[in-house]
Amino acid sequence: MAVAEAPGSGASPVDESPLVEARHLTKRYDAFVAVDDLSFAVGRGEIYGLLGPNGAGKTTTILMLLGLSEPTSGEARVLDLDPARDPLEVKRHVGYLPDSVGFYGRLSGRENLDYTARLNGIETGQADARIEELLEQVRLTDAGDKPTDTYSRGMLQRLGVADALVKDPSILILDEPTTSIDPAGVAELLDLIRSLVRDRGLAVLLSSHLLSQVERLCDRVGIFSHGRLVAEGPVRELAERAGDAHLSLDEVYRRLEANAEEDADDNRD
Amino acid sequence: MTTGIEAAQEGPAQASRVEPDWLRRRGPGWAVVMRKELAEGLTSLRFVILLGLLALAAAVPIYAASSAIRDAAEGASGVGALFLALFTIGADPVPSFVALVGFVAPLLGIAFGFDAINGERAQGTLPRLLSQPIHRDDVINGKFAAGLAMIAAAVTGMMLLVAGLGILRLGIVPAPSEVVRLIGWLILTIVYVGLWLAFATLCSVLVRRAATSALIAIGVWLVLGLFGVLLAQIAAGVIDPSGAAATGTASLGHAQLEQQLSSISPATLYNQATSALLNPSATAVTVPGLAQLVQLSQQIPTQLSLDQSLLVAWPQIVILIALTIACFAGAYVAFLRQEVRA
Repeated sequence: MAVAEAPGSGASPVDESPLVEARHLTKRYDAFVAVDDLSFAVGRGEIYGLLGPNGAGKTTTILMLLGLSEPTSGEARVLDLDPARDPLEVKRHVGYLPDSVGFYGRLSGRENLDYTARLNGIETGQADARIEELLEQVRLTDAGDKPTDTYSRGMLQRLGVADALVKDPSILILDEPTTSIDPAGVAELLDLIRSLVRDRGLAVLLSSHLLSQVERLCDRVGIFSHGRLVAEGPVRELAERAGDAHLSLDEVYRRLEANAEEDADDNRD
Repeated sequence: MTTGIEAAQEGPAQASRVEPDWLRRRGPGWAVVMRKELAEGLTSLRFVILLGLLALAAAVPIYAASSAIRDAAEGASGVGALFLALFTIGADPVPSFVALVGFVAPLLGIAFGFDAINGERAQGTLPRLLSQPIHRDDVINGKFAAGLAMIAAAVTGMMLLVAGLGILRLGIVPAPSEVVRLIGWLILTIVYVGLWLAFATLCSVLVRRAATSALIAIGVWLVLGLFGVLLAQIAAGVIDPSGAAATGTASLGHAQLEQQLSSISPATLYNQATSALLNPSATAVTVPGLAQLVQLSQQIPTQLSLDQSLLVAWPQIVILIALTIACFAGAYVAFLRQEVRA
């Protein structure tokens, strides 16, 4: 592991305590280790990318941060709360866009968002105004009254972003937000996320296996492989460490993987 | 559950953030889930179809029974509880109202339960739902409450329709005691259908595919409803092969064994409780022991009062409630232990 620094040591761009933090987070399913001693932190106004191939443990990590899955060992901290002990309080302040998000097909986009608002205890009048504003922001005002059965994947993804924002969160967690939408849709979605961070000062944690799509969006990235964080830092820094500042993140990842395999071989000898 | 004020104190990172007013005015999560499930369920095609099926299952026997009662009206002047007879007698080839409704009504429970949880999974809405600030059990509680409410509405509606039809056809008004018995039967039926709802919900938690879960629930319903008695006979024959042909005490013992075996089926329990509730002259609904049999033979035919009928049906009612609770508790525990991601 020549390239990887101790995870979590990257300086946060903001002074205050991080909004999201993982401390030696570990999740084991019987013999299989899904997440292995993971540590990282995300501060206010920061976009952190948890990057790695499918099955690297990204979604498991996110579920632990939301208190939807209990860590085997280690600790997650969200807003200085333990999601495993205080899940409701955490979920009140964290907007979550799940991997391949779904909606109730017979209900319209607006009705779906309204359900989320009611689950969050938002009063009807206030909810209506916020939903209107969010639908406009994700450009679904016209489609808002159509059943979500008729939506395209990209529209569902945008509705998912709006859904995550209904509760006016201070943290946004996006799991594979760009999967299965076309390139134009990806650019649009990333612009949307960027403007949200700018306008609302959110902390954003996003996971993706499409490294090239999100590398320009993230302030910092953590590269995740087989449940372990193998490198962390701003994209450019990682590229420099891998040998060339102009390397794409995909190339950086390939080199890291190659190194990791060499290490594994060394260990075997 | 913490209030918004406490929450603000608990979260130091939130100190700078002013808690919005709405956080302090939250309704319980299960009520929100229930309302949404009701709104969606009541307008769903499956509800309309089942309502039609149930109405048919209720109206046809009533029509046939009322004709039979009118034909026999002259001779039936001595019969007590004539209005109740409308529900309990069958006019060949149409089975009685309680038999047909008792057979069809569980479908209502299955229809509202079989895709409760795995449907959310398949749609991809479960992670989104669980990431909202509600307890995980709010989801299953709200869905069960909504299902039970829809079942109660459907069964009660059907009951009123049928009672109205009966009054029109027979031209007699039920006595107060008959009304109370019918209400008792209504509650019994809601519990019984609730049992099937709980069972179907359990299937929806344990089985990933909604179609498989529906097939399991319907299969169990068919086996217990149609073949339950048959299976009990076969099983009793295997356990006690000489009893079936025997006479006297041995045959009584065999009948009791058969009875006990068929009591494993909730359909049998429901039918026994039904006949005790709706038939005031039923002094026992299970096969009596020898001593009871002697007593019964010396008994003067009589009409039981309501509390006496309840006493006869009580064991069955208690077992049905216990089964419902057991099924729902199973679904509840399994759901709470399940990983969010399949």
